[in-house]
Amino acid sequence: MTLYDQLPALLIAVPLFTAPIAYLLRAHGLPWAAATAAVVMTFIISCSIAATVIGGETIVYEMGGWPAPYGIVLHIDALSALLAMLVTGSSAAALIFGAKSLADEVGEEIAPSFFAAWILCTAGLTGMVVTGDAFNIFVFMEISSLSTYILVSAGPDRRALVATYRYIVMGTIGATFYLIGVGFLYMSTGTLNTMDLAARLGDVTELRPVLVAAGFITVGLALKAAIFPLHSWMPNAYTFAPNVVTVFIAAASAKVSLYVMMRIDYAIFYKNIPNHELQLALLLAPMAILALFAGSMLAIYERNLKRLLAYSSVAQVGYIALGIAMSSVAGLTGAIVHMFNHGVIKGGMFMAVACLALRYRSVNIANLAGAGRAMPWTMAAFVIGGLGLIGVPLTPGFISKWYLVLGALEQGGFGAFLVMVILASSLLAVIYVWKVIEVAYFKEPRANAAPIEGEAPLVMLIPTWIVVLTGIWLGINSYVPVTLATLGAETLLGAR
Amino acid sequence: MIFESFPPALILLTAALLAVIARPNARAIILLVAPLITLWAIWSLPEGVLLTTRFLGYPIEPLEVTPVRRMFATVFTIMAFAGALFSFRTAKTAELGAAFAYASGAVGVSFAGDLISLFIWWEMMAIFSTIVIWCGGTEASRRAGIRYAMMHILSGVLLKIGIEGVYVHTGSLDIVAMQALNLNIFALQPIDIDIWLLLAGVLINAAAPPFSAWLPDAYPETSPTGAVFLSAFTTKTAVLALILLFPGQQVLIWVGLYMVFYGIIMALLENDARRILAYSIINQVGFMVTAVGIGTELALNGAALHAFAHIIYKALLLMSAGVVMYRTGLRRCTDLGGLFRTMPVTCICGIIGALAISSFPLTSGYTTKTMISVAAEHEHLVFVWYMLAAASAGVFLHAGIKFPWFVFFQKDSGLRPKDAPWNMAAAMIFFAFLCIALGVYPDPLYAMLPNHAVVPVYKPEKLVFYLQLLLFSGLAFFLLLDYMKRTNTITLDLDWFWRVAIFNAGNWVFDQTTRIRGGMEKAFVGWLKSKEETIEDLSERDGFILRATSATGLGALYVMILLTLYVFVYYLE
Repeated sequence: MTLYDQLPALLIAVPLFTAPIAYLLRAHGLPWAAATAAVVMTFIISCSIAATVIGGETIVYEMGGWPAPYGIVLHIDALSALLAMLVTGSSAAALIFGAKSLADEVGEEIAPSFFAAWILCTAGLTGMVVTGDAFNIFVFMEISSLSTYILVSAGPDRRALVATYRYIVMGTIGATFYLIGVGFLYMSTGTLNTMDLAARLGDVTELRPVLVAAGFITVGLALKAAIFPLHSWMPNAYTFAPNVVTVFIAAASAKVSLYVMMRIDYAIFYKNIPNHELQLALLLAPMAILALFAGSMLAIYERNLKRLLAYSSVAQVGYIALGIAMSSVAGLTGAIVHMFNHGVIKGGMFMAVACLALRYRSVNIANLAGAGRAMPWTMAAFVIGGLGLIGVPLTPGFISKWYLVLGALEQGGFGAFLVMVILASSLLAVIYVWKVIEVAYFKEPRANAAPIEGEAPLVMLIPTWIVVLTGIWLGINSYVPVTLATLGAETLLGAR
Repeated sequence: MIFESFPPALILLTAALLAVIARPNARAIILLVAPLITLWAIWSLPEGVLLTTRFLGYPIEPLEVTPVRRMFATVFTIMAFAGALFSFRTAKTAELGAAFAYASGAVGVSFAGDLISLFIWWEMMAIFSTIVIWCGGTEASRRAGIRYAMMHILSGVLLKIGIEGVYVHTGSLDIVAMQALNLNIFALQPIDIDIWLLLAGVLINAAAPPFSAWLPDAYPETSPTGAVFLSAFTTKTAVLALILLFPGQQVLIWVGLYMVFYGIIMALLENDARRILAYSIINQVGFMVTAVGIGTELALNGAALHAFAHIIYKALLLMSAGVVMYRTGLRRCTDLGGLFRTMPVTCICGIIGALAISSFPLTSGYTTKTMISVAAEHEHLVFVWYMLAAASAGVFLHAGIKFPWFVFFQKDSGLRPKDAPWNMAAAMIFFAFLCIALGVYPDPLYAMLPNHAVVPVYKPEKLVFYLQLLLFSGLAFFLLLDYMKRTNTITLDLDWFWRVAIFNAGNWVFDQTTRIRGGMEKAFVGWLKSKEETIEDLSERDGFILRATSATGLGALYVMILLTLYVFVYYLE
């Protein structure tokens, strides 16, 4: 066996083993350096895995050589590879971007534990994505959740603690629901391996526990993914977390829960429970439609820039949920591509916000008057991100909405209604993006406001623009995400 | 040779980028030379589909050349040149860059061989034209800009859904004439809905009812130079899209006639000189839309020719109004008057533009608009023909006489502004020359068209007819001058509905849902009263109940409700 064959294991092993090292490093800047090195390495690994699976191959890695279903396997197909790239990529980008901002917000004292938590969070999210075992998903979910609570509570504002508390309660409910559901499944089938579950569930005659399991799992994951109206933990967690943490969790964490939802609901239930897609659509479609409107409306009326973007994420998660509800290749492709593209867009936007926060010492929109002139590059990055949220062509948002609309049009009469919903919510996105542009470009700063030092430092600006340009590149040439997403959607819907 | 498959739009786009970063002197050269290179590139392209590539996995054709597409691209590029000449010394850098990017969008739409390329350039035009409006730099232009952006994003979204629908239901993304619209709304097939959406998206950009008001709302709020660019591109690319996608759709005849009269009536009521010209754009585009609705080869050629001539004389009129605004800062008829004394060049060029828009013989308007009337005549559309004839008189009233009379003559307002700066004068003289040259010798224009399907327009009976029409409406204007005098008023348009009514309705809905949810939450929280309240007090509560993040218990309750519903629905099955 060459090292190349071990890459899937290294994807989790590298961060898991770096975390304690980072915690022990007490010298200035070293915890950050260790975290960045580990995360960048996992990103490179996930890219090379993606390059393998883009041909349609699936990697099954047996941990310790124990074959499934007795041992634990890592199961990486196109969908997992895409999400692994998103998780590790956003984590790496946020860390590289965040050295200065984190030194400013988190401070030297708690740096070792903070960065250890960061690495663990990355490992947990990556693990959820690549593991082929329903119980392991829960384990990794807990690793990522617990470390995310630490990251959020490191926020400079005391209100971060309340936000974390609420996040812990809701997150635990979500994880518990998932575990209860998995318990029911284990009871019915005697296995935890996802492939094995999918195969054995067909022989189960008493479906009632399985139906209840589906309910617990879907609702629990909807809560972790912050699908409206289960989003209440999310806006404040995003708002009061350190700015760089927000970049990472906004780009990746809710997406991973949506990924697990797709995996379990399609790869396991859809293949075994008759009419499961209808049931899923009955739950998700109304929530998604409400999310699109409520999220956008709340964003329109919001005064805090970070919370505005958080509410916009509520709406954008609605698009993904809508795509999942469609249970067609186009719809699922749209949902998967949007998970990736929204991660890139929102990550870039929150980076711009972090740059603004560094100079303005505030993320209240009213205080950002004149930012268009004081920080032209930062604001330009923000505006391009905003165009992506609206779905203007040549931005990644256009690509994902294209597939979602295709999926909706295939649904016939109800699809026409969905199309109208997507149309209307795009217009609402214009309003909340505009709200920020208006203040930044057209309002004069207050006379007594302190003068701004000028543009954000290059160490922050360059990573921001790399993410923004990546977004534009994905808007023009979307080969990688679209191919992986189409493959993933086809696998999920595969033979029934 | 590379230029045989190089999209000319990219030349203008590059120029736009360079113009933003270049120094002032270099910028002037870039802006004046780039359109000439573009023009050369346009005319060195052979006909046919010259470039195919893939986007989103679909084969697309970003460069397809036909005579009518080339004609539109030509006039857009000429417009970019004259606009740059007119504005390069006074306009902001951002405005010039945005205007050129906007022009490149128009050229891109002209050559787009498939619906996706068309859509991409279309959205680019929407974005950069919005920036041109914002460069007006006033509070009014900022507000008008966002209303304009909303309207065009709506157009873009409708267009996009129509395009996707056409693709899903026909499997083709080609730009070809769509099948006839199904007017029976009770028997709509999916493809009919797609075509309606496509048409709606295009018509919003053509300023058709009920969305006409975005145009007179936005254009007058731009800088003196911005309006010149804006008048040319958006509505005329929409006309081209109509020619390519919807030739001969009956409904367009009536849409066009409505626009013709809407433009005339609103312009007659209007006091603001630039709004008068904005309404007359709608009126003129109405002629073109009617011609597309008639749909014969002659009518379509008439629409294309009229668009060509219209861009030139309308830009000329807005240039002269722009010079007046630049020199005096004023734009209302009641404030202006008597300017012919000190602004002879501006005045004469304005009059030439006014004569051309009224299709006075020996001007470009005459040689092109007559074609549309003749097309109606050939199809025996008597009613349409009479309406067009009446409208021609109306155009003379509102744009042909009213604009120059109130701005340059009537009373002496006491203003003695200087005449146009040299570059503005040069741009105006260039366009005034084109207006007359194409009126006297229209053959080069006709030669651009497919099959040369045109009719001779200088026949004695037509000349006599038009002169009678124009002279009598001129007589009517001066006889009724007392009624024509504008008081200092504003005119209320349909846009009130979206500027005031929809906005208030949105706020009302939000307030009500907030109140209902607030009531529900109070009831729940009373029931869920727990120790949590103490920790909740730490969190911020700033008034608004929806913004204050709700109690954790409430979140848990939602989870329970959803789970119960989910399992309940399963058991029902």
